[in-house]
Amino acid sequence: MADVHLRINGVDRRLEVEPRVSLLDALRERLGLTGTKKGCDQGACGACTVLADGERVLSCLALAVQYEGREITTIEGVADPIQRAFVRHDGFQCGYCTSGQICSALGMLAEHAAGAPSAVTEGLAAAEIELTEAEIRERMSGNLCRCGAYNGIVAAIQETQETRVAERDVPTLVEGRR
Amino acid sequence: MTTYVGEAVDRVDGTAKTTGGARFSAEYPYPDLAHAALVHATVARGRITRLDTTAAEAVPGVIAVLTHRNAPPLKPAPRVTPLNLATLASGTSVNYLNTDEVHWNGQPVAVVVAESPEAAQEAAHLVEVAYAHLPATVDFAAAEPDAKPQKSNLIMSGGAVKGDPEAALAAAPVALDLRYTTPPHHHNAIEPHATTAHWADGRLTLHDGAQNIYWTRDHLAMRFGIPKDDIRVLSPFVGGAFGGKTMVWPGTILAAMAAKATGRPVRLMLTREGVYRTVGGRTPSTQRVAVGADESGRMTALIHTSVTLTGRVGGGPEQVTSQTRHLYDAAAIRVQQNLVELDVLSNTVMRAPGESIGTFALEATVDELAYRLGVDPIELRARNEPARNPMDGKAFAHRKLRECFEQGAKEFGWAGRNPEPRSTRDGRWLVGTGVAAAYHPSWQFPANVTVRLSADGTALVRCGFHEMGMGGATAQAQIAADALGLPVEAVTVEYGDTRLPTGPGAGGSAQTASVAAALVAACEKLTRLARALARRTPGAAGASYPEILRLAGRDSIEARVGSDTRLGTAVGQLRFAGKLMSDRRRWVKAACGAQFCEVRVDADTGEVRVTRWLGVFDVGRVINAKTAASQLRGGIVMGIGMALAEETLVDPRTGRIMNASLSEYHVPVHADVPAIEIRYLDDPDPTMPLGLIGVGEVSITGVAGAIANAVFHATGRRIRDLPITLDKLL
Amino acid sequence: MKDFAYLSAPDVPTALQAIARPGARFLGGGTNLVDLMRQNIERPDTVIDITRLPLDRVEELPGGGLRVGALVRNSHLAAHRAVRERYPMLAQAILAGASGQLRNMATVGGNLLQRTRCAYFTDLSAGCNKRQPGSGCDAVGGFNRNAAVLGASASCVATHPSDMCVALAALDAVVELESVRGVRRVPLTGFHRLPGDTPQVETEIAADELITAVELPALPVAAASRYRKIRDRASYAFALVSVAAAMHARDGVITDIRLALGGVATRPWRAHQAERELLGAPATEESFRRAAEAELAAAVPQSQNGFKIELAQRAITATLRQLLTEGGAA
Ligand SMILES: Cc1cc2nc3c(=O)[nH]c(=O)nc-3n(C[C@H](O)[C@H](O)[C@H](O)COP(=O)(O)OP(=O)(O)OC[C@H]3O[C@@H](n4cnc5c(N)ncnc54)[C@H](O)[C@@H]3O)c2cc1C
Ligand code: FES
Ligand code: FES
Repeated sequence: MADVHLRINGVDRRLEVEPRVSLLDALRERLGLTGTKKGCDQGACGACTVLADGERVLSCLALAVQYEGREITTIEGVADPIQRAFVRHDGFQCGYCTSGQICSALGMLAEHAAGAPSAVTEGLAAAEIELTEAEIRERMSGNLCRCGAYNGIVAAIQETQETRVAERDVPTLVEGRR
Repeated sequence: MTTYVGEAVDRVDGTAKTTGGARFSAEYPYPDLAHAALVHATVARGRITRLDTTAAEAVPGVIAVLTHRNAPPLKPAPRVTPLNLATLASGTSVNYLNTDEVHWNGQPVAVVVAESPEAAQEAAHLVEVAYAHLPATVDFAAAEPDAKPQKSNLIMSGGAVKGDPEAALAAAPVALDLRYTTPPHHHNAIEPHATTAHWADGRLTLHDGAQNIYWTRDHLAMRFGIPKDDIRVLSPFVGGAFGGKTMVWPGTILAAMAAKATGRPVRLMLTREGVYRTVGGRTPSTQRVAVGADESGRMTALIHTSVTLTGRVGGGPEQVTSQTRHLYDAAAIRVQQNLVELDVLSNTVMRAPGESIGTFALEATVDELAYRLGVDPIELRARNEPARNPMDGKAFAHRKLRECFEQGAKEFGWAGRNPEPRSTRDGRWLVGTGVAAAYHPSWQFPANVTVRLSADGTALVRCGFHEMGMGGATAQAQIAADALGLPVEAVTVEYGDTRLPTGPGAGGSAQTASVAAALVAACEKLTRLARALARRTPGAAGASYPEILRLAGRDSIEARVGSDTRLGTAVGQLRFAGKLMSDRRRWVKAACGAQFCEVRVDADTGEVRVTRWLGVFDVGRVINAKTAASQLRGGIVMGIGMALAEETLVDPRTGRIMNASLSEYHVPVHADVPAIEIRYLDDPDPTMPLGLIGVGEVSITGVAGAIANAVFHATGRRIRDLPITLDKLL
Repeated sequence: MKDFAYLSAPDVPTALQAIARPGARFLGGGTNLVDLMRQNIERPDTVIDITRLPLDRVEELPGGGLRVGALVRNSHLAAHRAVRERYPMLAQAILAGASGQLRNMATVGGNLLQRTRCAYFTDLSAGCNKRQPGSGCDAVGGFNRNAAVLGASASCVATHPSDMCVALAALDAVVELESVRGVRRVPLTGFHRLPGDTPQVETEIAADELITAVELPALPVAAASRYRKIRDRASYAFALVSVAAAMHARDGVITDIRLALGGVATRPWRAHQAERELLGAPATEESFRRAAEAELAAAVPQSQNGFKIELAQRAITATLRQLLTEGGAA
């Protein structure tokens, strides 16, 4: 047994777990945080996506012990306009992939804001990358939705991004820097 | 009055699903909960000759290892009888852990119960099993020539003939005779099947992601030999199903068995591999479509035959040729479905079973005929559009297929299309467009409903239906709100619990219509009651329904449609069967549509991308513009997967599925899916409750056909074997 | 998954001491090891978490190369300015692999050592010489559409699945290994072994060695480079064929070329044969195709993967063409 200390959704949690326990099962089975979903337990669906220190990761392939001392955000700890946007744009049907989609989208928007490129980014050297539909789709491809709510998810993310940009009053493309 | 029906109302469970609050069946806490894991057979057929559970039992935390040696007895799977539709629910006929015989590669041969999921999984790995092989037939392609014609029954007809189609084909000035194949598919709902089972005082409570909780309940009652009222099945949220959670598969039964044997609440969440090994999928098929036409493009002969498989232990035929009875006005028609039985897990229903793959072959052939004749494919369809059902002259309850094509052509910009294959290029991409018809019969099942109206202005609708993402609760709340003149937020809908009035199964795209029919009737009863009350209550004339209750000093009034007593159920089923038969005698009922798409094919590598989609559907009245469009999109997305990538790989040497994972079975990802435009005619079907026809399945039909046709337009290559992977285009 | 002892190594010496334990394994991002442990393909007794080692930096080397710590996350490496500017094909290769979440977890060292995705390797009921030497290869005569056409042997046809390694192979990267015995450096092209009759031995790394860094030499030609990945869906799938290419042409003649292939071979495949053909040849479609044919001349198809030979040739040709017309190679 290992003594693990995690900060989950802003609350310090201690737990005694075997090293083989995944972060996902620690959340779902030990801490009762069942909002994070298990779709494959092998890194192939994205349903288990959580944020570790703000970065999106797959909790099914993460051993809980390895995340000692880290700040974990699960869907239960998310309070962001993107959730309403998912409802408005019907970015889900059964809802099983949704926690993962939302956490992944938040991580993805942060990655984009930090300037990270994607596989469809042309001109890797550019300072700013416009978050087009194609960019969103590529960056979100690690989150499967078998109900096929992809259009609604992309729309919800676009709306969230547009609001964020408008609120910060930061143009997506800074002229002259392209 | 319709304030809400037809509107794009947000889902009532939207907040629950976007905050992690919606609980699925593996998420119910029980003190003392134990966890189960399955051990799967690794041979196609055989007998267990050696079984050693010592190492497994030595794993710390293991409570029990159940095998055929020590498992509690289970009654055999019931024989199918039309008097009890729940007998249709057996996933397989195997009496799990009550036999040393293995009938398919993957059959559960042991269940481990442990204090933690990790211990259960580890112990399952350590169970040692040896087998004596028995001869097995597992290779569909090899066995397919020995297929036998499917017998017709009440539910499905195996074949039909009008005229002499073979002779007409031989005589036709223009004729095509083509062969198609489609591979097996799996549903791959993102929620793996999971069951939490709890026995107390001989009664079983089961949390199980199910498409028919009553079938699950009744089936378990038969297997465990207890009255069905001693079982409660709860399934308020189901993480996707698509047909895969209709039957009762081994996991559900074994979870209940494990809980019974250990005296502990037990949770069994299948691994993703476990889903492939123990839950059936869509059958593979081979199909022949032959068509003859005169020079004007009028079809003179149309033949569609299919071969599909069933497991020797279960499964059934698929109505692969169903749409061919209804879509084209050919002078002579023959459809015939054939079956082979293999030593593999039962096939099962998966989104539009039959039509999804049948429309691929038919619609690709129609496109080929259009090219052969030099006629536009939409024009060819219009020339063969029947006024009455081509097979038998019955009336269509509703048929707006032509309108779908016309509206679609206009919006998609079909008119400007250069029909020449390989005529459009955009950089490295060859661009093509394609169309196909979508078709799915519409159904309706019995449903019991209660509606209670309270003086505080709220209403409660109760019906044991299912929510797997269709937005059923939202749609029913809209219907009730309109009927009772309430704001939609004032209506609560309870579902997914066998304690509720018996609801319909989620299948055949029938759930919304079935519940709506009962709900509308219940609301009518309720408003009659309220009006009667108003007449007796001074000052209540012209008051709203809740006001009437307040003035009359009543807290609430309730109305019920249908009865859950044994007699009531029997009467309900008989009435349903009677209506079904009389309806079927009078009408052909269906949803239909026109699928338009654009694909791009890389000129060097053959990679195919779908870049545009427009689906125009005739689905009668739409209750919720938002959720209906989402469901229609979802079918198209699954159809894109079917067309381009999805294929379950069954090793012909062992009958073993070799890509039992979401990384090797390719469902569409975000990047595979373009913006999908959805239109519907919103023209009520007069023969359906509120004029609505189900939307769950029609939209996957025609998708693979439209894509194959677009790929031909882009490349000049006809691919008749799904999936259309790039190697076929090199 | 078997229960195991876990320890987190604070520094390299501790990690190198700990790996001496029997059945010990290093744990990077865990995206491959944890997956394989859950499938019981790997069953270590001790897991040594190395993600806290101070090997997570990308440093400039004198002369314009980069030294990439073994624990740099895949996503961080791909987003690194210097990588994007000097070695775009490396950034593209990484970004073409797995998913955003997985790339945030996966480390450079772990990516090098990820194991094959052959279906028979991951199914314990199947024969696989790599997993269980001597048990045969069920991929031959089975599903081998994904299998290798280059570098395979009678005992194993499994491909190496990494995208990143294909770019590294083209870039003449060097792998730095450290053990209690000292430090050594192995060129990436010699790091992965051909299966021969010991497919279970996949790389040059010894059981007690730690990958500490990957060095990228200064390579001006790599500024005009590209990674092209061809797969069964648009994203989140392994390569059927991939091409990493860097090219420089002057006056219509190829003056420098680096080419490597993924998805077609038992290891990240440096296309030496094609490079020889191309160097000094006119930068034309015909040269590209001829070189591609030369590279694939030795290819041996299995029952289902013959298409990869043609596909690889077309992919090479198309990638070089694209580099020439829009990639700044000319
Ligand atoms: C669903 C899925 C899809 C994927 N798709 C792709 C894809 O398209 N393309 C692609 O290239 N990859 C893909 N991957 C694989 C992914 O890139 C690898 O799993 C990842 O790179 C491994 O890195 P890691 O740090 O997580 O390794 P780990 O899993 O931690 O380790 C892997 C192995 O390396 C050893 N190891 C790790 N670090 C060191 C070190 N520093 N020194 C010595 N030994 C070490 C470990 O002991 C272990 O044996 C995919 C993975 C998944 C799960
Ligand atoms: S459950 Fe983690 S990726 Fe599927
Ligand atoms: S909403 Fe059901 S899987 Fe995405």
